[in-house]
Amino acid sequence: MTRMANPFAMSLAFKLAQRNLFHDRLRLVATVVGIVFSIVLVTVQLGLYFGFGRMVTTMVDHATGDLWIIPAGAKSFEDPSPLDERNRFAALSVNGVFDVTAVVIGFAEWRLPGGGTTPVFVVGSDVRAPGLHPWNVVAGSVDALAIPNTVAVDQTYFERLGVTGLGATAEIRDQKVEVAVITKGIRSFTTTPYVFTSLDRARAYTGTAANKAAFFLVHLAPKGNVASVQERLQANLTDVEVLTQAEFRERSRTFWLFDTGAGAALFAGALLGVIVGTVIVAQTLYSSTKDHINEFATLRAIGSSGRYIHQVIIWQALLNAVIGFSIAASIGFIIVDQTAESALPIVMTPTLTIGLFALTVFMCVMSAIAAIIKVMRIDPAMVFTQ
Amino acid sequence: MTIHTIAIQDSKEAVLEATDVVKVLGSGAGEVRALKGVSLSLSPGELTLLMGPSGSGKTTLLSVLGCMMTPTEGTVRVCGNSTKGAGPEQLAKLRRDHIGYVFQSYHLFPTLNALDNVRLALDVRGEHGPEAVARAKEALATVGLLHKLRSYPRQLSGGEQQRVAIARAIVGKAAAILADEPTAALDSQNGHAIMEVLARIAEDPSRAVLVVTHDPRIVPFAKRIVRIEDGRIVREERNGQQNDERSKIEEHDVDDERGVVVKRKWMQR
Repeated sequence: MTRMANPFAMSLAFKLAQRNLFHDRLRLVATVVGIVFSIVLVTVQLGLYFGFGRMVTTMVDHATGDLWIIPAGAKSFEDPSPLDERNRFAALSVNGVFDVTAVVIGFAEWRLPGGGTTPVFVVGSDVRAPGLHPWNVVAGSVDALAIPNTVAVDQTYFERLGVTGLGATAEIRDQKVEVAVITKGIRSFTTTPYVFTSLDRARAYTGTAANKAAFFLVHLAPKGNVASVQERLQANLTDVEVLTQAEFRERSRTFWLFDTGAGAALFAGALLGVIVGTVIVAQTLYSSTKDHINEFATLRAIGSSGRYIHQVIIWQALLNAVIGFSIAASIGFIIVDQTAESALPIVMTPTLTIGLFALTVFMCVMSAIAAIIKVMRIDPAMVFTQ
Repeated sequence: MTIHTIAIQDSKEAVLEATDVVKVLGSGAGEVRALKGVSLSLSPGELTLLMGPSGSGKTTLLSVLGCMMTPTEGTVRVCGNSTKGAGPEQLAKLRRDHIGYVFQSYHLFPTLNALDNVRLALDVRGEHGPEAVARAKEALATVGLLHKLRSYPRQLSGGEQQRVAIARAIVGKAAAILADEPTAALDSQNGHAIMEVLARIAEDPSRAVLVVTHDPRIVPFAKRIVRIEDGRIVREERNGQQNDERSKIEEHDVDDERGVVVKRKWMQR
């Protein structure tokens, strides 16, 4: 019986690339290790970058408000100068504004029940109005913060704060506090624990005057236009800036990621990873091409176009990329999982994953350039002398 | 047996035609005039031997005729297409479309089996799929290797590898088959078998076969022998024997490239 030909016969350019690649397993392992090392490094660096970027804006992201009134020139959420309460009243008089709530923040000393102190970052807003309240509540209720001297803390910091759960007590600024709300996953990139409380308690704990606040959150009237209200507020208020949620988020991100150099350092690490990966892949691909130079010369001699030979080399590069990325991504996901509960989790989003794959492909294809140049210089007549 | 020295007048349209070809290799002090005004045409339906001592310009002429190089002076036409001014890609296209190569050391791809090695010549022409597979099988059948389709070069003898290389050269219906010392790495039995295959291919009225060789045992297979020395064609001869008479030959005298009379008894069957 005649065997039927496979109508989906694999392209020989691909087959040749695959065979060239798997022919020398040791070199393949070296190449894949190089790619994996490179991509894991890039994953960690970019994951940290995105994780850090997400973390530095977490307070802005979770605040409910359409506009922020911040001190003029404030660089980030953590960089407040006290604003006068008069700004709140002035804002309330602007057409299109429904409500304005104050947010107070500041560092304070938390005295542990067993002795000793630790710094905390106090965040306070009016519990009965939309503002900046704790989220991811796992025990207690945000309403409980209306009870005097109650606070919300994250369970991640129990040990640091010397508490064990609801009802635990400590002191801030010599004032007794009781844990009434417990959250999960509200961590600070500064590693200083956040402590949520009511507006007046926050003022008391941070030593903020009763007529001062760090920010004001503006809530628009129904059908209010953000841009026009923003413009009117900016015109009516002095020594403040009026930003949308997105603008304030971007300003905070820019400050922490770029002005401090933290983002640049992470990017430099990622770039280093890309360079190392490119060099390793380029080197191994080049030496593989040199080893198969007779075969490439034969291809050329039997009339193969330059494009066909490029295809073989590019297929080799792409196979390297797919194998290397698959392993690197698996390691990346393990790292993401392991750091999920850490102070600075590495973030892996679908977009980042796709981007990393594209980067791997780009890196491997770029690495093929040296090999392609080498092959294109082959004199096909060398087959006569080999 | 007598070898008749005659003036070559090709009545058929030439597949490959070199006119006053000069090829200079290297530059400066290392400059070598490898070909010094060579004119040669290959007609379909005949097997031509190109013989000459080492360094005589055989391989350079093969490279120029086979579009691996362009001549420094003179013209080369492949099926009517001039190679003058052609770049590497245009030369590659001429090779792809009109020329099949057979090399001394086979140059098969060790990681591909016999079928894929032959298919490769079609693959580089953009011919894939079942039809290409069928044609590759047909070519392997022509060289008597249909039973070795899935064998890798390392699993084949030298003669079988050379037959795969011949199948690769003919699968694309090339008008010219250029073979560089195709029997040099083979024993006489395998060399004989390879030459029989090439001679049979040369019987195709659409194909010309040019074999570069040092091996005088090959002479009986040729219709025509061209001798080259020092970059010039010094003699062209037509072999008086017909192919179907070759098997009857028991003893064959011929001048080798050094002019020494040798006797060979390898046509016995």
